[in-house]
Amino acid sequence: MIVLGLTEGGTLDQVLDWIVVISMVSGALLSVAAGIGLLRFPDLFSRMHAATKPQVLGLFLMLLSVALQIRAWSAVPILVLAWFFQLLTAPVTAHMVGRAGYRTRHLKQETLVLDDLNEVVSEAQRRLDEGR
Amino acid sequence: MIIVAAWIAGVALALGAVMALIRLARGPSILDRTLALDVLLIIILCGLCVDMVVNRHLNHIVFIVVGSLVAFIGSVTIARYVTDRRGQ
Repeated sequence: MIVLGLTEGGTLDQVLDWIVVISMVSGALLSVAAGIGLLRFPDLFSRMHAATKPQVLGLFLMLLSVALQIRAWSAVPILVLAWFFQLLTAPVTAHMVGRAGYRTRHLKQETLVLDDLNEVVSEAQRRLDEGR
Repeated sequence: MIIVAAWIAGVALALGAVMALIRLARGPSILDRTLALDVLLIIILCGLCVDMVVNRHLNHIVFIVVGSLVAFIGSVTIARYVTDRRGQ
């Protein structure tokens, strides 16, 4: 394969190999970070914050290393598709889990700096109670 | 070089998976467990990526796409039906 006038085993290939290695290892380290966050953080919302790291950036680094290792443009669209689906579905999960977590009070009030949702939810609860 | 990197990445992914499993077992709520399951699925997808990088093939790419597409259904379903049964 000749890329930019460099033959196989040339400088560009070495650079790409290093990028593959670095992105693969750092993508795996993000999974460790998520695991540590899941274990150490105090409540559901801080754990959600830790869990999104491998979901978006970790998977991106892994797919980047796959694309650079395969080194064929035909592989790029499906890898982009995989990351696009992840970007599309991760916020849905986070929204639903966060909503359920707030409404079932799986949070530590003392860790919050600002709670804008409180008056909205209590207003909705009041209306629900009046309707009964 | 790629073998050493694959070992480092594999050990890191295994550590992350073990910690997600501990959170999965300890709870305390079902939402924490769904979160840990999501992280576990992503770690499995990353492991498939490591295998593709080391062996230079694209056989598992279908699993990556399908996994990232359907991963949210389970957690959304659980989050939709979770209720608070404490303090009543």
